[in-house]
Amino acid sequence: MSSDQDPVFKALADRSRRMLLDRLRAENGQTLGALCDNLAMSRQAVSKHLKLLEAANLVVTRWQGREKLHFLNPVPIHEIASRWIAPFEQHRVKALADLKQQLEGGRHG
Amino acid sequence: MAESKFVYVTYIRTTPEKLWQALTDPAFIRKYWFGTTQECTWEKGASWKMIYDDGRVTDAGEVLEIDPPRKLVLKWRNEFRPELKAEGYSQMTYELEASGDAGDLVKLTVVHEIDQPDSKLIHAVNGGWPRILSNLKTLLETGTVLSTKK
Repeated sequence: MSSDQDPVFKALADRSRRMLLDRLRAENGQTLGALCDNLAMSRQAVSKHLKLLEAANLVVTRWQGREKLHFLNPVPIHEIASRWIAPFEQHRVKALADLKQQLEGGRHG
Repeated sequence: MAESKFVYVTYIRTTPEKLWQALTDPAFIRKYWFGTTQECTWEKGASWKMIYDDGRVTDAGEVLEIDPPRKLVLKWRNEFRPELKAEGYSQMTYELEASGDAGDLVKLTVVHEIDQPDSKLIHAVNGGWPRILSNLKTLLETGTVLSTKK
């Protein structure tokens, strides 16, 4: 499970689920009811998406009194970034930065 | 009102005892926590400090609750950024639970919260935790640095 990133990629490969993550990023610790506000999705659909996100460990729930709150958990996204982006980005980012500097430096300098 | 609280969870292929050691052993902490370590006797009521190698204190507080290798609750205040220090004490909780079908995983939950809206402290620590947890997981799972006796 810890090294299997399939559930994370699958969970992220859906616009509605990414939108739910964005809503939690904007305001963390929401109830199902709050997350359903102003959404063109049924409560059932939202609940189903949240279960999938929870199974992928992208959303964590905690009980606070009688309310079940949903929290965004960015740890699996960070693990994807370390595995899939960090090893490649150094060269590319440097190349792009050099290019940018050359082009912009030429124009402004 | 934004919750001044976050809950992060990671699953690590290890045992609760090893994870507990990794969370409390100063030499081990230094390996995954951006060059800082922590000083504490890990008893209830003991003072707790996060420090750089040169002795500067970044954060401080005390142990509110301790139940090895299951739960640790710290009172936690930033000590070097005045606007964060002004917010006073936050509370940080580690929970460790055996997990997975084979019982070879530990679910580590980190909860960091403060009793005020839109906390700058929570916002500041928020970004650091995923990297810390990811480092910790790699260290424990690859096993290359499990020896902390050096």
